[in-house]
Amino acid sequence: MSTVVDTHHEHDDHHDHKPTGIKRWLFTTNHKDIGSLYLLFSFLMFFAGGTMALVIRAELFQPGMQIVDPHFFNQMTTMHGLIMVFGAVMPAFTGLANWMIPMMIGAPDMALPRMNNWSFWILPFAFIIMLSSMLMPGGGPAFGWTFYAPLSTTYSTDSTALFVFAIHIMGISSIMGAINVIVTIMNMRAPGMTYMRMPLFVWTWFITAFLLIAVMPVLAGVVTMVLTDKYFATSFFDAAGGGDPVLFQHLFWFFGHPEVYIMILPSFGIVSAIIPAFARKPLFGYASMVYATAAIAGLSFLVWAHHMFTTGMPVFASLFFMYMTMLIAVPTGVKIFNWVSTMWRGSMTFEPPMLFALAFVILFTIGGFSGIMLAITPVDFQYHDTYFVVAHFHYVLVSGAVFSIMAAAYYWLPKWSGFMPDEGLAKLHFWCSVISVNILFFPMHFVGLAGMPRRIPDYALQFADINAIVSVGAFLFGFSQLIFLAVVVKCMAKKGQAAVAKPWEGAEGLEWDVPSPAPYHTFDTPPKIEAPIR
Amino acid sequence: MKARLYRVLTAALVLFVMPAAFAESLQINLPRGATEVSNSVYSLHMYVFLVCVIIGVIVFAAMFWSIIRHRKSRGAEPAKFHDNVRVEIAWTVIPFLILIAMAWPATSLLLDMDDTDDSDLTVLITGSQWRWDYEYFDYDVQYRSSMATMRDQVYANLPKGENYLLEVDRPLVIPTNRKVRLLITSDDVIHSWWVPEFAIKKDANPGYINEAWTRVDEPGIYRGQCAELCGRDHAFMPIVVIALEPDDFEEWATNEETRLAEEREEEERLLSMQMTMDELMTLGESVYNAQCAACHQPNGQGVPGVFPALAGEGVSVDSDGLNDHIDTVANGVQGTAMQAYRDQLSMRELAAVITYERNAWQNDTGDEVQAADIHNYIQGDN
Ligand code: HEM
Ligand SMILES: [Cu+2]
Repeated sequence: MSTVVDTHHEHDDHHDHKPTGIKRWLFTTNHKDIGSLYLLFSFLMFFAGGTMALVIRAELFQPGMQIVDPHFFNQMTTMHGLIMVFGAVMPAFTGLANWMIPMMIGAPDMALPRMNNWSFWILPFAFIIMLSSMLMPGGGPAFGWTFYAPLSTTYSTDSTALFVFAIHIMGISSIMGAINVIVTIMNMRAPGMTYMRMPLFVWTWFITAFLLIAVMPVLAGVVTMVLTDKYFATSFFDAAGGGDPVLFQHLFWFFGHPEVYIMILPSFGIVSAIIPAFARKPLFGYASMVYATAAIAGLSFLVWAHHMFTTGMPVFASLFFMYMTMLIAVPTGVKIFNWVSTMWRGSMTFEPPMLFALAFVILFTIGGFSGIMLAITPVDFQYHDTYFVVAHFHYVLVSGAVFSIMAAAYYWLPKWSGFMPDEGLAKLHFWCSVISVNILFFPMHFVGLAGMPRRIPDYALQFADINAIVSVGAFLFGFSQLIFLAVVVKCMAKKGQAAVAKPWEGAEGLEWDVPSPAPYHTFDTPPKIEAPIR
Repeated sequence: MKARLYRVLTAALVLFVMPAAFAESLQINLPRGATEVSNSVYSLHMYVFLVCVIIGVIVFAAMFWSIIRHRKSRGAEPAKFHDNVRVEIAWTVIPFLILIAMAWPATSLLLDMDDTDDSDLTVLITGSQWRWDYEYFDYDVQYRSSMATMRDQVYANLPKGENYLLEVDRPLVIPTNRKVRLLITSDDVIHSWWVPEFAIKKDANPGYINEAWTRVDEPGIYRGQCAELCGRDHAFMPIVVIALEPDDFEEWATNEETRLAEEREEEERLLSMQMTMDELMTLGESVYNAQCAACHQPNGQGVPGVFPALAGEGVSVDSDGLNDHIDTVANGVQGTAMQAYRDQLSMRELAAVITYERNAWQNDTGDEVQAADIHNYIQGDN
């Protein structure tokens, strides 16, 4: 185990000298403050994006156009996707990284604290720019979160310029965050914290950060090409000038596929911390988890065109991308088998973090299965651009990534706030969420197979009944999240049962050696790690 | 309302309790389709699905066994193991073999779908916002196919018919038991031509041509939709294909050739004929609503920032702007969603719709445009 050597407080005086009020948050370089800012921002965006989803589902409750105009509907699907990806899921993971990585590796802070402040504070501006573009004549972006050219170039409105600018800022923010994570992990591990002793959350984030640095510049490149095609008479994506619209898709998905793994690898780390804690048994196959994560990350660069099987690629390219995509199922399977083996012959209890982690394992696996089905090219021709795909990626992203974020919040809220999340409310939140998320997304598989395309504001009559069910599920899921809000607010208001340093019996890791709530500065003197913490 | 609620509730029950039994009647699965290929696609889909279900049952059974048996409240003591090389190798290798067993049939089916050689007939399909054009290579037949569902069925409470949003004015017609090669492209943004019962979905990329093929077994009507987000009315560009016995098809095609030829002659003849203002306005309104209203809106107000208004502004009210007006409609505006209509509409229709735009919504320029004016303009243009 570890020993915390924190006896000589030479610079004790600066410990609690922090500015108060708004200045504390604006100028903060403290990883915990910045982590909280990221998490709160992400929570806000989660509700903003969720509201847009409810507009979409309200319109789709019945056939016919009742509530919004098709052009506004397209803005809603576009904004919903962009906000959830760049505003909710990614900042939530960066927030968790900020809070937890230094504490998990025994470091006093992130390696580059001033850059850390920047990488957060440019984000709100990016989203203000993007959201306010909806007020322009003609509205905001309406070409889907994938912004395929030429719909986003020749045929888009002038809000595209703001969209491009906002994406650039988000990309810069992500790259800075990723650099910080890598530098911190490489340089600031406590003595004895070797790479193969790091908690899996640190490992998965380490690999995620490399993915981010590799693909965010590609996204920046492709949005810039959209901008120049639209305003500066280039023809990257215009056949009339010698370009190719399919080139856009290759570039976008070269970013886009690794991006989907950016949104799931940290989840793997979270779940790999929580399941052992509540099964009271070490994680099965730690080393194979690390290798599987690395394998998934590597393969994620070789599968991008599985989003493009219908674009008319040469058949041998299709075959290559089909095989590579199927191959990703192997390391993904390894992870699932490892989690189940960790539970096997454990001594399990079912506190809220564990409930969400278990739901993650099951529902993410269902998303993995539909992923394998989508990988089969000749059948993907039928699934592609239907609600079947919508079901697939919401299983991996909502009941996958988002559930893991909720699990993480319940698991670490005692450490962050010093108070236990209200167990009754948390369990209510879990059951409401897990039931409604399936009412919401499972029937989407069926309408998709039956032939309903995605991104349409109105549909043929045979899809009506299932769409009504889906919409009911959507509202139930949306309103269930208010329970989560209540739990978080209650902790932040310092109400409820106070948390001890290690509130979960089976939890392992340096973060549980410091008091709850974690002091403003932790591990000023590094702990010494003498044995693997597992 | 109550009946609907009841239907929704039963459907919910069915969906969650016994999906398999109702799969066929409720349409919650892929269609088997109308071709050999679509049947193979269906079988491959069911095969992969079944493999996934079997793996899922095994994994989830192990998981629930642990959840139920290995819980602390039952006094379970945690074991200490955390590695087992043999098991780990097994669950890497076995999935790999299962994947090969899925990739094998997928590969051969894909190669088959890709083989467009030796076709009997070729049709060029061109997508444009938001309709499809069909051009037969082997016959002198070419026409445009737009959604036939009425605006008021979508936006108001006019009752919706059985094929709501899946009906067109002029379906694509193909023969059964013949290998039909489809060439697919686009005039503006990317669209995707999808008919589930043929298991064909191919993107229509502007400036490039994609190929696909089908051989339909049974005569019938097959419906599909555009599958790639293509702007505002993406939901409203359906596809209908009618498959006829080869003899019937031959008859249809020759009749169509004659009919289109006659239409062209009629057009020539009408060039010299004057239409009255009323005739122009009536024809103009119907052309406008079918072709232009999706963007410029039935009231001519457009969509601010996206599609310009025609009521009270622009060339439509500019008394010196007649030639510009004809040019815009006939030749389109490069680099915008405004397409060229000279090959899509007849001279009469062009004349009527331009007259309509210049006089509807209090534009009241009083200009009357005749087919001959359009003809002269286009001649001069060439
Ligand atoms: C076994 C693992 C997986 C496989 C084999 C797989 C396969 C696929 C395939 C083939 C598609 C394209 C479908 C189409 O458009 O026709 C797809 C779409 C998608 N997948 Fe996965 N996937 C897997 C896991 C994941 C994970 C872990 C995530 C994210 C957390 C994810 C997120 C997405 C998203 C967001 C899309 C749709 C993007 C869009 O078109 O808007 N997938 N997946
Ligand atoms: Cu992908």
